Amino acid sequence: MNLAAIQSPSNWTFFTEHRAEIFSATFDHLMLVVIAMAIAILIGVPLGMLIVQRPALRTIALGIASIFQTIPSLALFGFLIPIPFIGGIGKRTAIVALVLYALLPILRNTYVGLTGIDPAVLEAAEAMGMTRAQILWRVRFPLALAIILAGIRTATIITIGVATIAAAIGAGGLGTFIFRGVALVSDSLILAGAIPAALLALLADFLLGLLERRLRVA
Amino acid sequence: MNTKTASFSGNLIDFHDVAYYINVIPARAIVSGISLTIPQGETIVLLGRSGSGKTTLLKLINGMLFPSEGQIRVQGRATTDWDPIRLRRGIGYVIQEAGLFPHFTVAENIALLPTLEKWDAPRTAARVDEMLQLVGLDPREFAKRHPRELSGGQRQRVGVARALAADPPILLMDEPFGALDPVTRAELQREFSALARRLSKTIVFVTHDLREALLLASRIVLLETGRIVATAKPKEFLLLDHPEVRAFTSSLSIAPGSPS
Repeated sequence: MNLAAIQSPSNWTFFTEHRAEIFSATFDHLMLVVIAMAIAILIGVPLGMLIVQRPALRTIALGIASIFQTIPSLALFGFLIPIPFIGGIGKRTAIVALVLYALLPILRNTYVGLTGIDPAVLEAAEAMGMTRAQILWRVRFPLALAIILAGIRTATIITIGVATIAAAIGAGGLGTFIFRGVALVSDSLILAGAIPAALLALLADFLLGLLERRLRVA
Repeated sequence: MNTKTASFSGNLIDFHDVAYYINVIPARAIVSGISLTIPQGETIVLLGRSGSGKTTLLKLINGMLFPSEGQIRVQGRATTDWDPIRLRRGIGYVIQEAGLFPHFTVAENIALLPTLEKWDAPRTAARVDEMLQLVGLDPREFAKRHPRELSGGQRQRVGVARALAADPPILLMDEPFGALDPVTRAELQREFSALARRLSKTIVFVTHDLREALLLASRIVLLETGRIVATAKPKEFLLLDHPEVRAFTSSLSIAPGSPS
């Protein structure tokens, strides 16, 4: 990295000179988020559907997911490093940590969405002779979709933020600029990481909010 | 589709000394000592106060609940021997809040059972139109609407259309007009009364409204704290000498035109 540019007072000049690096870091960041969210959705939504039927499992699953959420993110990344297979330095560990953070909002909203349906609707469905599977797929799930998506939206925004910390364990992304900026006391470097991360979060919030409104019924 | 069930003659629904308890220790009877025979084509109204066990009896018929004692036979077979899904698909069900699926259009709501029963598309579409006309809604105007775009009365009409779509021999109705304003309620009661006579379904209708019972019933069954205390044709019902009957008839004279 060009030291003269870092010391330059103009942030804008810094951004334009380093736009290729910023874009590439933004892309890396986005990939971390997309992969982590895909895994979190694939675990969280089916698990949320499962715990609707299994009260015993519900307490355990929601409890564990809540515990992960309370661990400070830097500490969680640190804890994961010594763990074999999923741990170590790099993207894989970062993705595991991000999935653990994203899980709670997705799991909780899936559960709340599936159980918060008008009892009259469920009673009618059962009385009409729909099977449990038909009620789940044709009634509960479509009616819960907007709430599940709200959980995914919250989780995505958390993940975009937490992913900046993933740079601490060498996962790359926009956090790289921020950590370097802090070390070198350079506002330009910090902003080069923080601004794109904030824009990503706003964009994700907007787009998922749009989708959520389209899926909302009654 | 119901050639087998439609040809079933005799008593469609038979309660044989039925009791239903909740809580095992100490057991609390919701209904007990219920024996009741409902022949094909009859409209039975289960009349009673809140908590008298009316809804429980309905749910015992379609296998949403099973008796703690005794037996209920539907079309000659005990509810415990039926596949609950098959049993319920032959029994239409209408509830107070209609319970329409908010994410489906009116047409999709009515088409639900035909779709689950894998009718072909033209037959289903024709049936939806037929059902909407039957309940007095113009298919062109209402088929594509969602339940939130309907008034309470229209929703109940769709609820009835949905319950009748697969042509079940039995119709269960749990205070279907209870949440409507008095004018709409009276309108729907009159229309439904005419519809019921025309369809010759076996109907079990739950209400706490004596006027409604008198208008719709071929037989009124009065329940008090989970037991049948009187059974009579509407005209005879008013003359019965039983304290609970008098309680209901006096409710008529106290508040004319505004039942409960």
